[in-house]
Amino acid sequence: MEHAILEWLRKEMGDSLMATVRTLPSIPVPPESFEARRNQYFSTKILKEMLGDVPQDAMKLLGVTDKDLCIPILTYVFGEAQVGGTAAVVSLARLRQEHYGLAPDRPLLLERLRKECLHELGHTFGLYHCPSRDCVMHLSNTVVDVDTRGGDFCRGCHTVVVSKTGTERRR
Amino acid sequence: MTMEKKVNIMVVDDEEIVRASLTSWLEEDGYCVEAVESGRKALERLPDRNWDLMLVDLKMPGMDGIQLMDEVHKTSPEMLVIIMTAYATVDTAVKAMKKGAYDYFVKPFNPDDISLTIRKIVDHHKLVQENLFLRKELKKQYKLRDMISKNEKMLEIFELARTVAKSSSTVLIQGESGTGKELLARAIHDESPRMDAPFISVSCASLTETLLESELFGHEKGAFTGATVLNRGKLELAQDGTLFLDEIGDISLKLQMDLLRVLEQREFRRVGGSELIPINSRILAATNRDLAAAIAEDRFRADLYYRLNVISIHIPPLRERREDIPLLVDHFIEKFNIEMGKEIRGISEGAVRILMSNDWPGNARELRNVIERAVVVAKGNVVTESDISLPSTSSDANHRTKSLEEIEKAHIRVVLIENQWNIVRSAHALGIDRVTLYNKIKKFGLKKEGVALKE
Repeated sequence: MEHAILEWLRKEMGDSLMATVRTLPSIPVPPESFEARRNQYFSTKILKEMLGDVPQDAMKLLGVTDKDLCIPILTYVFGEAQVGGTAAVVSLARLRQEHYGLAPDRPLLLERLRKECLHELGHTFGLYHCPSRDCVMHLSNTVVDVDTRGGDFCRGCHTVVVSKTGTERRR
Repeated sequence: MTMEKKVNIMVVDDEEIVRASLTSWLEEDGYCVEAVESGRKALERLPDRNWDLMLVDLKMPGMDGIQLMDEVHKTSPEMLVIIMTAYATVDTAVKAMKKGAYDYFVKPFNPDDISLTIRKIVDHHKLVQENLFLRKELKKQYKLRDMISKNEKMLEIFELARTVAKSSSTVLIQGESGTGKELLARAIHDESPRMDAPFISVSCASLTETLLESELFGHEKGAFTGATVLNRGKLELAQDGTLFLDEIGDISLKLQMDLLRVLEQREFRRVGGSELIPINSRILAATNRDLAAAIAEDRFRADLYYRLNVISIHIPPLRERREDIPLLVDHFIEKFNIEMGKEIRGISEGAVRILMSNDWPGNARELRNVIERAVVVAKGNVVTESDISLPSTSSDANHRTKSLEEIEKAHIRVVLIENQWNIVRSAHALGIDRVTLYNKIKKFGLKKEGVALKE
């Protein structure tokens, strides 16, 4: 995982959630999460591994990986979160233009990552998918969905996040 | 924010990992999910909630997905079932769909496919449910038991009938023959607290005075020659229920007086009897006669009229509520489909136009007979113009002033229109040969414009 991306993400998440965000040293994905037949990693097992290592002062723990994630019943996932829980994980693999045979586009990659991280963290705040297309909690199964939906929480979802974090996020 | 209404989804799969991951994934989408590991468990949970959808694994030990679906459909035929399978074999997919599965998914699913499909199903399902509900609501308004109408006057009558049903007041129903006077009487009975007691109908016009008397009041053994046993009359049989006196305008003056006494004193004697029998049945009466005119001509007792006419309902003839014709046609087709085991799906526009332009002197009953015939003769699953056979439309009264030639001309014209100007068929119907028909058409100067009805 590229350090610069992680550092950028730390600032973005801090700004968006009005929270103190810090990065932890990277950890390897658990080997048992590897699905050899599919050459993918089972995200639920990664979440489990992360939960064993939550710092005492942390409210949420967000994992970011380059590995392509899946759950057994789905061909892929961009990320997974415990709804109303602590941990969330997001994969960069399918957010990269290269995955679709296109030229790399770093600003686009970063924007997608920011949206996906907010989305998965939103789940940890107890949010479900939001019917509003302008909301970052709107369901997205493809990168096109990720690109077209809004980059921020809608008013309703925002209220829920604020009530959980206890802070008013900067607009 | 979260979704408006929780959608209930049951996941049935023997693999723990599939249950867990599918559940959490669907929950993120705001669905209410319950996962069970076998068909048996699924059937147990079925009554717990109003399930909107079941996601069922095809291969499970014990009961497989298709067997489970069959079982579920026995009690909940509307249940939407999606079969999940690990291997996409055309055979199993086809089998599942044939057996009534809504769709099938091959594991692992593309997340986009499944969420879109579920969303589509749920939306569609909601629309279907809403549609069913609205249709029922709509029909409720148009219907009073077996009667159906969307005419404003008729709907007022339905409303009035529902209200008066709750009382025991006498109701006089007037209207031309075939407008549904007996149906309305029956509906009043069925809507009343007396619904579980008998509804007894007497057709006053069909019996002679003495017969009607013993029919109504019954007779003691030996009351007259042939009265070998005690016979309870309709008044007695209708105890606690409703007595419907049809064609009340046709009864004799003597019987009118007897009936008046019964209505006033609420008790009667059997013919030849001395015991006074109390009556507690509700009286409904109907007539197609103009009772006011009959009173003026001293053929009907005014006091009986007032006694019967506590609540008066006048059913308008069908020609004054033509908007009901298509509604009644659909209703009758549905009815005869069931009675005759037919599958007529509807009626052509042309046929409806013919029916709409008729005056229906015999009212809904006549229409029903025409539709009954049409359903019998219809070859396809739609009633068309050629299936409609109307009784000769020109009124009999007009015939009297017409010459034989005029009647012949009018009749040929009607037959030609009925047969869409098909000469062979028309000639056959008229019992003459083709050439004769051509000659008559020429002689009477008949032209094809009547067929405009059809186009």
